[in-house]
Amino acid sequence: MSLSALLPVLVILSSAVASTLVFFMNDEWGRLRTTVYLGGEVIKLALVLVMLRGIYLGESYETRIPLVPGVDFLLRANPLAMLFLTLSAGLWLLTTLYSIGYLRNAPHRSRFFGFFGLSVSATAGIALAGNPLTFFIFYEILTLATYPLVVHRDTPEALAAGYNYLAYTLAGGVVLLAGIVGLHAVAGPVEFVTGGALEGTEAGRGALIAVFALLIAGLGVKTALVPLHSWLPVAMVAPTPVSALLHGVAVVKAGAFGVVRVVYEVFGIEFSRELGVTLPLALIAAATIIYGSVRALSQDELKRMLAYSTVSQVSYIVLGVALAGTLDSIGGIVHLVHQGIMKVTLFFCAGVVAETLGIYRISEMAGVARRLPWTMAAFAVGAFGMMGLPPMAGFISKWYLGVGAVDAGQPWAIAVLATSTLLNAAYFLPVIYAAWLKKPLGEWKEKRAKTRFEADWLLLFPTLVLALFVPAAGLLAGLDFSPLAWARLIASREWGYEIE
Amino acid sequence: MISPDWMVGPPFLPLVAATLAFLLRGRAVVWVCLATAVLTPVAVGGVVLLTLRDGPVGYAFGGWDAPLGIELYADGLSAFMLVMTAVVGLAVSVYAAAYYAAPKRAQDGRSFWLLWMFLWGALNALFLSADIFNLYVALELLGLSAAALITLAGTLSSVTAGMRYLLVSLLGSLAYLLAVALLFGAFGALDIQTLEERISPGPAAWTAVALMVTGLALKTGLFPLHFWLPPAYAGSPIPVTALLSGLTAKASFYLVVRLWFGPFSDILAPVAGQLLGLLGAVGIVWGSVLALRQRRLKPLLAYSSVSQIGYLFLLFSLATTAGWGFDAWSGGIYQALSHACAKAAMFMAVGTIIGSIGHDDIERMDGIGQHLPLTIGTLGVGGVTLMGLPPSGGFTAKWLLLTAAVESGQWWLAVVILAGGLLAAGYLFRFLGPALLNMPAGKISRSTPGVMELTAFGLALVSLSLGLTSGPLLELLRVGAPFPASVIAGAP
Repeated sequence: MSLSALLPVLVILSSAVASTLVFFMNDEWGRLRTTVYLGGEVIKLALVLVMLRGIYLGESYETRIPLVPGVDFLLRANPLAMLFLTLSAGLWLLTTLYSIGYLRNAPHRSRFFGFFGLSVSATAGIALAGNPLTFFIFYEILTLATYPLVVHRDTPEALAAGYNYLAYTLAGGVVLLAGIVGLHAVAGPVEFVTGGALEGTEAGRGALIAVFALLIAGLGVKTALVPLHSWLPVAMVAPTPVSALLHGVAVVKAGAFGVVRVVYEVFGIEFSRELGVTLPLALIAAATIIYGSVRALSQDELKRMLAYSTVSQVSYIVLGVALAGTLDSIGGIVHLVHQGIMKVTLFFCAGVVAETLGIYRISEMAGVARRLPWTMAAFAVGAFGMMGLPPMAGFISKWYLGVGAVDAGQPWAIAVLATSTLLNAAYFLPVIYAAWLKKPLGEWKEKRAKTRFEADWLLLFPTLVLALFVPAAGLLAGLDFSPLAWARLIASREWGYEIE
Repeated sequence: MISPDWMVGPPFLPLVAATLAFLLRGRAVVWVCLATAVLTPVAVGGVVLLTLRDGPVGYAFGGWDAPLGIELYADGLSAFMLVMTAVVGLAVSVYAAAYYAAPKRAQDGRSFWLLWMFLWGALNALFLSADIFNLYVALELLGLSAAALITLAGTLSSVTAGMRYLLVSLLGSLAYLLAVALLFGAFGALDIQTLEERISPGPAAWTAVALMVTGLALKTGLFPLHFWLPPAYAGSPIPVTALLSGLTAKASFYLVVRLWFGPFSDILAPVAGQLLGLLGAVGIVWGSVLALRQRRLKPLLAYSSVSQIGYLFLLFSLATTAGWGFDAWSGGIYQALSHACAKAAMFMAVGTIIGSIGHDDIERMDGIGQHLPLTIGTLGVGGVTLMGLPPSGGFTAKWLLLTAAVESGQWWLAVVILAGGLLAAGYLFRFLGPALLNMPAGKISRSTPGVMELTAFGLALVSLSLGLTSGPLLELLRVGAPFPASVIAGAP
């Protein structure tokens, strides 16, 4: 087997093996455990970068193992896969460092890191999956690997949230499987192919629409499309690094990524438009964007607010894809990365505030910036990004989405984006205002021993590093390796759009 | 290098060990049987290579041809079932060696090994027989040794369970034997191939089919003939429960498949297969619903077996000679393997739990995961197969059955298959959730040997990885599969 056939498997195995080993190392082996785990991550990131370079230069990486008659286990790297893979591998490293700080002296760290790594491995599999069956395999592994993380606190509330999470995601998985089997039945074995795999199919229109609906409904649970979103705020009971993982890297993103795959590489954008399924999808996404923002307004718990914000923001990706023009597609897929960076930054900040001062509610946050200036600065950067202020990453996404909507002849989407921006400002600005300008309510209740820094350095530094990426992705969007440039590469090379 | 002589190994090695177990005393029994548990899989490996190389092979034992001698026959299906038995058998043997090392169970140990080796030999003989009378003998040996195994603990409940199993088993074999007599009387043949050539539709053949299938379905525990199964599973010692759920149920299922797609294939109307599939579908739902209502872990898993056995029988409505037939057929058989590994591992894990806290009451299991992480992990990993989620073998089986159900237009079967997975998640997380709770668990009386926990976990991992190793195993099933070559070759 040549190296190019081995590399996709190695990327998944590097994190999966390290994570599996970690299960068997208890706290007495803490140092070795950290070494093994971080070693796995560094190897993975290095492999991903090698592949990234190769893909840029036009090489191909493919692993194919026969699974069941007619369907292979297929991993294949293409630019779209690499976008998601690089995001997950990079954020995994930062999130792990943050988790080490977050979980100092907490019980069950082996279990936590083990499942955390398995979730990221599953995400890598989702990114690299070359056909719906392989995608589904990793999609379901992701469900199972994240469940122990959601219930990690082992309290009855966590358990209840865990049931809720499972009920939604497993049911979604069943619907997705039904869709995949249906696809198999109407079109035979299908792979993710540039431009869509259903070109020239003889299947009936009704059957194809039904299959599309099943696939999107199954993916919509993890994507948190309204009305399938309600598990997401409930799952906020999980430790903060897990929330960051769920929102920024793994679960919600896996759903959105799946939608991109289905629309662009199974049905094909032209064919989807002919079927008339893109407009309903865009409308659902628009409804989700508005609904999530409205609900975020009335939340007092910071993490719940962020959760509703995710419901809203992830649908930007779906909207961009469903509008089906050139620029809004770029806006949609670049938001896959931008939203990940911004949302993980915000969660990291929320975690720092909670772990340092024991503050979980917005109403208690008055004056927090006096005690945690760097953290709240990072929060402000993330929030401005979410609102789409220039020069933050979010601005790039919204610009492309907005201009693309006009180009695609769907100007109503502009109104959705504008409303959402106003609502974003309406729920983020009060937090920033309270933190920076209001007087503290009283003495801070320090949860941890004071250090030289305003908070545990392993919590603070990953947050600040990540926050730097928010303006960087916007300011440096013109560079060759920015997320935007990569998204344009996908649009021009893979989807055949002409970009001026 | 590998000659057909290897086929003698799987049935006879365990029988030799059983004889030795009868003659020997003390630890020697355990060592002999453990050695057999390693050697038998080696012999099975030989048979697998043989069938892959030569296709279906026959072997006249001792050089005597039928009807006087015993003729062995192996094709892909036989080899596949031998592999299943070897994997589960090895794991159960290692587990049992630790289980019966406990002082209070030591006096049962020798009987266990003797009977278990007998059972293993009977199973392998069953998978390698090509003659309906030899099959009867193997079936009867199997039933008798299983019934004796159930009563090993010697308590009232286990003796009751054993007697009930014995009655059911005898009833099933009796029906089978009657059918053998009918077939021999009508067509003058016992070996399967000759029978297939001579059989013709008529009252004799139909009665024989009805008797055989009903008797074997009873022994397998197909709804509504599953009534004996939960008490028998719940009343047996743990290693025996693992064997019953993993292997004996699959043996009678195998026999139905062998006959259905062999001698009976030409005389059966499709509606008969539909009927079996319908019973399987009802069993899936019924078993799951009852599993949801159990208060103890062992009965819960027993009802789960009723449900999982239902999946096996779906293949009878799906495996036609149409394009998807082989897929459905291999899906059902793959389900047998996956379920055997997963369920045996899960029962072993329950044994560890009972050993540690003295009961298997779900209500009082909160927080046990803190003390027995590996065991709860075993239940979780095995559960993935029962739920039919990837990357487990249960998923591969389900995928094959599902695609066949959709392609053949039997949508309602697809719905049942998918719903069964969700129901399984429902009953599994009833105890997996609370087990993870962070609270002091009840009294942990003693620790169980680590080897028991590890064996169970290893077997569960096998069931989990079966989804990714399906390529070669499905290849094995192609050898001599009862379908036209174009269907076996796969969809275009």
